[in-house]
Amino acid sequence: MRIALSVAIATGLYGLSFGALSVTAGLDLLQTMALSLLLFSGGSQFAFIGVIAGGGSGISAMSAAALLGIRNGVYGMQINVLLRPSGWRKLPAAHLTIDESVATATGQTDPDEQRRGFWAAGLGVFVLWNLFTLVGALAGNAMGDPARWGLDGAAVAAFLGLLWPRIRAKEPAAIAVVCAVVTLVAVPLVPPGVPILIAAVVAATLGLAGLGPATEGLEPDVDPYPSGVPGPVRGDA
Amino acid sequence: MSLWGWILLACAVSVATKFAGFLVPAKLLDNPRMLRVAGSLTIGLLAALTAVNTFATGQVLVVDARVVALAAAAVALWLRAPFLVVVAVGALAAGVARLLGAA
Repeated sequence: MRIALSVAIATGLYGLSFGALSVTAGLDLLQTMALSLLLFSGGSQFAFIGVIAGGGSGISAMSAAALLGIRNGVYGMQINVLLRPSGWRKLPAAHLTIDESVATATGQTDPDEQRRGFWAAGLGVFVLWNLFTLVGALAGNAMGDPARWGLDGAAVAAFLGLLWPRIRAKEPAAIAVVCAVVTLVAVPLVPPGVPILIAAVVAATLGLAGLGPATEGLEPDVDPYPSGVPGPVRGDA
Repeated sequence: MSLWGWILLACAVSVATKFAGFLVPAKLLDNPRMLRVAGSLTIGLLAALTAVNTFATGQVLVVDARVVALAAAAVALWLRAPFLVVVAVGALAAGVARLLGAA
C-alpha cells in the first residue's frame, strides 16, 4: 500500500511534464485532458503528442500511440491471470492496466497484496496523473514559446527517460540503435510521423526474428521495488 | 478527420487493447514470439521518438540545443535521477545551450 502510494505520487508528478508538453505541442486543454482521462497510458500519450509536435498527421500520432500501447495488452493478460477479476470489474481493471499498477502487483507474492497493490497504484496514478496533467497544461499555456523555455529539450529527455529502464541488455540496445538510425534515415524521405511507424515495423521484424530474450522491453518503466526489497523478478509473470 | 477525431480514436484503441488482454486465454502468454514482438515494438518506438524529437525539424535533420538536452538527460538517467528530474534537466540543458548561442 505504501509502495503503491509512492509510485502514484512519483508518476502523478510527471503528469506535469505531459500536460505542459501537450499544450506546447499544439493540443488544447480539453484534448490534453481527454488523453490523460481516456487513453491513460503515459508512453502512448507522449508518443501521440511527440508525433504532433514534430508536424506529424493525426493518423501517424494515433498509430504510434496504438502500437506503443500493445504492451498494455500483454500486461492485461498478466493481470487477468494474477487477479482473476470477475464480471464488470474487468473493465475498470483494464483501464487501470498500466506500467505502474502492473509493476506494483507483480512485485508482490501474496494474492491479496497483489490485488491491493494493483488497485491502489492504478487508482492513485489515475487521480494524480490527471490532476497534474491539468496543472501542467495550465502552466504550459502560460509559458508560451516552448523553445524559449527549453521545453523541446524536456520532450527529448522524457522519451529517453521512458526508453532507458528497458535497455538492460545488449539485444534491446541493438534494437533501439537500429530503430533510431532507421528513423533518422527516413526523416527527409517521408512525411513527419511516418519514420516512427517505419521504425515500429523494423522493431516488430527484429522481434519476430527472435533477437533477445522473450520479455525484453516488457519490463514496466517503473521499479517500485528498488534493489534490496524482496520480490520476484519482474517481467516473468 | 480532425485532431479531436484522432485523439478519441487513439483513446478507444488504447482501452480496447487493454481490455483485449483480459479476454484472451492465458495460453497466449506462453508464446515467446508474441511477447518478443510486443517488447521490441516498445523499445523501437521509444527509440524512434527519442531520435525524431532530438534531430528532426519537420523533414530536416538538424543538430541544435536539443542534442545538449539528450546528453544531459542521459547523464541524469545514468546517475539514476527520477523521471521528473530527468525531464527538468533536459529542459534546463536546452535552455542554457540556447542562452549560450546554440540554435
